[in-house]
Amino acid sequence: MNTPRALDDLRIIEWCDEKGAWAGKLLADMGAELIKIEPPGSGDATRQYGPFVDDSPHPERSLWFWNYNTGKKSITLDLTCEQGQTLFKELVKGADAVIESQSPGLAESLGIDYRQVTASNPRLIWLSMTSFGRHGARKDELATDLTLLAGGGIAWMNGYDDHTLPPVRGGGNQGYHTGCHYGVLSLLVALLHRDQTDEGQFIDVNFNAAINVTTEAGSFRWLVANQQVERQTGRHAGLAPSNPSQVQCADGRYVNLNFAARTPAMFKVIHDWLGELDLLHSFEATELLRAGMDRGPITAEELRTEPKVRDMLTAAREALIFIAKEIDAYDFFRYGQDHGLLVSIIYSPEEMIDDEHFQSRGMAVAVEHPELDRTITYPGSPYKLSKTPWHITRRPPLAGEDNQEVYEALGFSPDEIRSFTRDGVI
Amino acid sequence: MINEPQNPAGPLANIRVCDFSGILAGAGATKFLAAFGAEVIRIEDPVRQGRWDMIRGRPPYVDERSGINLGGGWNNHNVGKLGVTINLKHERGKALAWRLIETCSVLTENFAAGVLDRLGFSYQAVTRVRPEMIYATNCGFGHTGPYSTYKSMGPIAQAASGLTFASGLPDQEPAGYGYSYMDHTAAYYMAMAIMMAIHYRNRTGEGQYVDVAATEAGAVLHGAAVLDYTVNRRPQRRHGMPDANHSHSPAMAPHNIYPCIGDDNWIAIACRNDVDWLALKNEVGTSWVNDAGFDTLTERLARETELDALMASWTQGFDKIELSDRLQSAALPAAPVRKPGERIDGDANTSDWGLWPSVQHTEMGEVRVDGIPAHLSKTDWQMRKASPCLGEDNDYVFGELLGLSDRDIDALREDGAI
Repeated sequence: MNTPRALDDLRIIEWCDEKGAWAGKLLADMGAELIKIEPPGSGDATRQYGPFVDDSPHPERSLWFWNYNTGKKSITLDLTCEQGQTLFKELVKGADAVIESQSPGLAESLGIDYRQVTASNPRLIWLSMTSFGRHGARKDELATDLTLLAGGGIAWMNGYDDHTLPPVRGGGNQGYHTGCHYGVLSLLVALLHRDQTDEGQFIDVNFNAAINVTTEAGSFRWLVANQQVERQTGRHAGLAPSNPSQVQCADGRYVNLNFAARTPAMFKVIHDWLGELDLLHSFEATELLRAGMDRGPITAEELRTEPKVRDMLTAAREALIFIAKEIDAYDFFRYGQDHGLLVSIIYSPEEMIDDEHFQSRGMAVAVEHPELDRTITYPGSPYKLSKTPWHITRRPPLAGEDNQEVYEALGFSPDEIRSFTRDGVI
Repeated sequence: MINEPQNPAGPLANIRVCDFSGILAGAGATKFLAAFGAEVIRIEDPVRQGRWDMIRGRPPYVDERSGINLGGGWNNHNVGKLGVTINLKHERGKALAWRLIETCSVLTENFAAGVLDRLGFSYQAVTRVRPEMIYATNCGFGHTGPYSTYKSMGPIAQAASGLTFASGLPDQEPAGYGYSYMDHTAAYYMAMAIMMAIHYRNRTGEGQYVDVAATEAGAVLHGAAVLDYTVNRRPQRRHGMPDANHSHSPAMAPHNIYPCIGDDNWIAIACRNDVDWLALKNEVGTSWVNDAGFDTLTERLARETELDALMASWTQGFDKIELSDRLQSAALPAAPVRKPGERIDGDANTSDWGLWPSVQHTEMGEVRVDGIPAHLSKTDWQMRKASPCLGEDNDYVFGELLGLSDRDIDALREDGAI
């Protein structure tokens, strides 16, 4: 691909466990050369994570691994042995950045930490991503995505009106993703500083802290006024219960309709929608809808002081619920939004990827997997940059696939590389 | 001095942002840039007192006062920015906005798709006066495609992207997210894309157009589930799913959020493998845990519901923090489900990090805000300046930066242009 890439001048060494791989993918898909270090032999531990292609477990068939590692190169390297540590230092000499998500102190104990490698490369940016940062009493606590989301405040926000049900973490490793988002953001800040000064630096990202500042009102309600929000089914946690926002439609799927009609035009849309569905006579409060059509937009002040206005709003809401129960979720979503109503279908991930809108914008991306003789559809990009597009350059790497190329570029002969392999260094 | 950037020596101090964005999906992006020194000039509508941004002036409040400048959420999302008012529908307001745009190298907006174009500030128009502009837009469904006219807020974007569905318990309706996760995350992606574009411009001199859609920011966040469908044709909409508190990938059991002593108190426990299970057995100590039928992961997964009930019967006798500390001492990943006050005022990991800086607001006084969960050894973030009151920086921006005289500014004010 000859199109320029935003980060195609960067060579980044990735030494990450399951927490940090998302950060590497975001950078690789924007053009950085990402060299992922895996342990010799079995390769990265996440290669053992399911689901697998055709449910057949194999290190080269892990869909977890695939999702987090598109466009990266892979080398194997045993960092626990002296020769491996020497190779790491050679590798870092020519790199722009190291990104790692190992436990605090591990790099130091192996003699390959930031302090030791910057003498040979002061331009290096070292991004450390840890569960609790590199200092403080809790730095060595163990964590997974679940425990991070619980301790960091997101689980408290999610769940059901029924508080005998546990808080819900949200699916899909969002704790890890949130930490990685701040990892990439911070790395880019350091890169822009280096663009001006030619100096690198060390970055300490704390996943627990990242989750703490990704809870919207959960934090600022407390910070400003010591108020504690309470979780509610499918809608914003609040100080007091709000109206339910989800309705199960005729086809069993749910829609979200949490945003009230306040203008005459919206009342008319809802009224006419009932008419088109031949439901005007079966809905009890059509008079209130007509009243909403025949007046100006409802103000917050009127809502507080005029009971009739409140009744009109309630009628509009109940009319939408009534309609939603009568028709399919997708039809509700399309008709509602086509007529200016703030509503949505609650898609499952596979329904999203099959949807014509997401497809038309390139969310479903075909990637060749020659070893399997298959083309696999991946999710696409979170942003579109007109001159330097997001792009998956290659399927995720096989374990150690790029050993030859990377170690040769460091100046080692084929014989030396063979001996590294024989000795289990790579 | 109130008008100075809060981090004048910051790594982004050479970047001035013409910021038409707001709410959180846009405001969160420019807040991040401002923390590292960018001079962000937020433009608000004087006619509606900035209420296009529905958080402006809304609770929480620091005291009994309320008002357009006193919204605690708005302050949180806009620390470190300069604030000006410009009526973009007024001819002289438009002219003033153009003068400002000419001095900026990044433009941000998150109106509904097409609004800024109709006001005359399209990418094509802007790049005629500033060819190297990075022009970043952010809306719910993006600027192309069948749903490009559709409206969105965080909960809508989360619903359409698959995130709401994926957050739930078996046999329950979706639990979704109790906050606008996609406002936060669309803002993160917007700031990332802007900085990537700046890096490219540093190398080539070229600006570009950046299109962020909150629905897409969400759609990329459950890739393994998407692949399970595109490769194995296994939908997540199937019996027993979603099942967010269990861990299918990697497989772990027990893995859940369990009740503890007190009102709505919970603990999260993740037993990663058979070694963890041995340690957990030791901590639990009661008879059921010695059932040899739990000794392997395969067996624990097969009996997960039963195991969860037994675990809950054990955890409910403990204080969540004491139990979490005890399990951590036994090398097991565990954490209490922290309530807002517990994580903000009771977790040294956040307070010692400096995660809740105080800023001095002109009307609110001293108020705490969300900081940034990263520390950079040479160019760290700073948050000292609060959010601007409506039009607070008009004189500075129009006078000192754009060179208008006091009389010019008064005339614009009288004319309703600012």
